[in-house]
Amino acid sequence: MTLPLTPSQTVGPFFRIGLATTIGAHVAGEGTPGAVRISGQVFDGAGEPVPDGLIETWQAEGAGRCPTDDEGHFAIVTTKPARNAVDHSGVEAPHLDVSVFARGLLTRLVTRMYFPDEDEANAADPVLGSLSDAERATLVAVTDDGGLRFDIHLQGARETVFFDR
Amino acid sequence: MAPSSRSVHPPNDSPAYGSSLLRAPKQPLRVQPGRLGELTAPLLAGETIGTLDHDLTRQHDGEPLGERITISGRVLDEDGNPLAGALIEVWQANASGRYAHLSDQHPAPLDPNFSGAGRCLTDAEGGYRFITIKPGAYPWRNHPNAWRPAHVHFSVFSAAFTQRLITQMYFPGDPLFAQDPVLMSVPDEESRQRLVARWSLELTEPEWSLGYAWDIVVAGRQATPLDDDAPE
Repeated sequence: MTLPLTPSQTVGPFFRIGLATTIGAHVAGEGTPGAVRISGQVFDGAGEPVPDGLIETWQAEGAGRCPTDDEGHFAIVTTKPARNAVDHSGVEAPHLDVSVFARGLLTRLVTRMYFPDEDEANAADPVLGSLSDAERATLVAVTDDGGLRFDIHLQGARETVFFDR
Repeated sequence: MAPSSRSVHPPNDSPAYGSSLLRAPKQPLRVQPGRLGELTAPLLAGETIGTLDHDLTRQHDGEPLGERITISGRVLDEDGNPLAGALIEVWQANASGRYAHLSDQHPAPLDPNFSGAGRCLTDAEGGYRFITIKPGAYPWRNHPNAWRPAHVHFSVFSAAFTQRLITQMYFPGDPLFAQDPVLMSVPDEESRQRLVARWSLELTEPEWSLGYAWDIVVAGRQATPLDDDAPE
């Protein structure tokens, strides 16, 4: 049996009413060994920050959720997942699965955030390996002030690579 | 060629919806390799849902104005399996078409007895139930004299990343559908109809409230391998 899917619709501008409280931005507590703060900004095609977006991160250890602020900033505290996603095309490097929701996006965007201190694993990762250098750079976070920075560009020269789920 | 199961979702490149112009990515979506393992996250460890969180009419001292309604249904995956323990979050405008959100400037009255948010976990059969009031339609600036049909925002958060869904539920017979670029962004009429709840005599409580039935179907737990018409 295959049931037809329920179509997606935009999260709209007012999602904070309903999505603000249940799931938080701390997948791991600040003091947890290995906890890392991942922050970033979401930009639109004009290079302007997206002040009404919603970022969710997903990994075996748990999910994080953070709305963007007036300057498009988000921050999530989590740990680096194990190198556990194995499929027919090879061992994937540790990464977070990331969903982006916003007014103007009718269907969620899916991307991945890889870790900058995993050169060897990243080099062997089949998904990163299928991308150009410039594309790959959009998926690997950079070290920033004791944490990691992962900016998301919805359009433009540095448009983030997004996946078909 | 049979359409990909993904094609029920609206393309982000939907220019009739003005907000998409600077936000929809321009590059084609990439295909992720199929996964052998399930991609799951532990769900809501330590989270608690209040016993009245599903009842949007009982969050204040008084009752909100508007038509009392029940919305109820099941959440299934495309293989017909119920999603038990999925987090359903809803938010909506009040009966006048105004959200209790600072950025909503529609000059319609706020209702001190209505915040417009609710949540629940699905039961073992995937069932959910919300008690609320029917939201009003409201104007927006997408095009001249544009109005959103009455709708309730639904978020479905289950244990699998591939199943994550945020959508909107509409009410049957609304004359505003055809001019709404958000609903009309869904490519085919059959799929659009799946966003429209059904009035249900069974869910209608005599002398009390109207009932609407609405089931939600999300992707299967496994990531779908390459579809025939997946973008390259």
